[in-house]
Amino acid sequence: MAIAEQQTSSQAGPGSGDKSWHSIVLQTLKRNEISLIPYVPDRVLTPLIKNLHADPFFTTFATAREEEAVGIVSGAWMGGRRGAVLMQTSGFATLANTLASLAVPYQIPLIMFVSERGTLGEFNYGQSLVCRTMRPVLDSLALEHHTITRLDELEFIAERSIKQAVTTQAPVALILNPLLTGGKIFDK
Amino acid sequence: MSTRNTKVMNRFDVTSRLIAKLKREEAVIGGIGNTNFDLWAAGHRPQNFYMLGSMGLAFPIALGVALAQPDRRVFALEGDGSLLMQLGALSTIAALKPKNLVMIVMDNGIYQITGAQPTPAAGVADLVAIALASGLTNSAWAADEEDFERLIDEAMSADEPSLIALRIDDKPGVGTTRRDPVQIRERFMHGLGVREPL
Repeated sequence: MAIAEQQTSSQAGPGSGDKSWHSIVLQTLKRNEISLIPYVPDRVLTPLIKNLHADPFFTTFATAREEEAVGIVSGAWMGGRRGAVLMQTSGFATLANTLASLAVPYQIPLIMFVSERGTLGEFNYGQSLVCRTMRPVLDSLALEHHTITRLDELEFIAERSIKQAVTTQAPVALILNPLLTGGKIFDK
Repeated sequence: MSTRNTKVMNRFDVTSRLIAKLKREEAVIGGIGNTNFDLWAAGHRPQNFYMLGSMGLAFPIALGVALAQPDRRVFALEGDGSLLMQLGALSTIAALKPKNLVMIVMDNGIYQITGAQPTPAAGVADLVAIALASGLTNSAWAADEEDFERLIDEAMSADEPSLIALRIDDKPGVGTTRRDPVQIRERFMHGLGVREPL
């Protein structure tokens, strides 16, 4: 939810250019005609957000809260335009009511990318605690979710999950694990 | 104009006045509770969407529709208590400037449906001043029903998002929306021309 106050690991992200995790996400979004990208920023997501802003195919903008972003892409879906929401673990934790009263009962294919904090080197106790609420909330609503740890599996999981969300009219959460992104480490 | 000079109107009456003006399949998003109950009671239209939860998201949902269909006017009806939950959305809308979005705030200063408890803003905050300070420069209080209709007419051809606030009485909604979220969503998509009925 909050913009990170620490630097991302300098070796974060396996590689750059076309083979980076964020370029795979961007290309997968584009291939699936997902053009509306509201987000609440996260340090790890910064290269993805920057490249989305730079690409005129996408309408990319920050919202004040994650709930707001879910409302926007839900309205856009009903109006015939596809979107996806970018957020951090702590932001996902603000969404239980919106998922349970909008996305799930109205059968909206809400596509969420969640940058996972709170594990594999977390330095903020609150982040590690709130992270533990994420999968129980997803499971309690029987929402499809995948934790992506490997670069070679990212495109398959993202591509298939987006198509499944759209065809089954059900939300999906794609959790971007530090093993994929490098995460955020304590360095000062 | 401050709230002191405005007439106390009735939600069902002004909602009916709005609906009577819609001739071009404009979309209408009704916020949680009485706001969408009165939208329902004013006569169902295929372009109406009724929220059964997600308090505070009428404007964000309407923004999404407006961004998806820039050639269609999109109206959102929201209560004062609901708007207080998502004041940040006003800045998001101000930043994006969708010219086809019209926001209507029904302000009775209370959470009518839960027992008429006063909102924290009641008698303290001015929602139009908040909207203006959030960057929504085309925001105004409606002085009375006639002024409301005039503001709607202006919003129909405005080249920036419009916000119209009204003081309303403490009456509950006139009807009760049929609580069938899948049908509400599907019929709305038919109404917007996104899908054909089976």
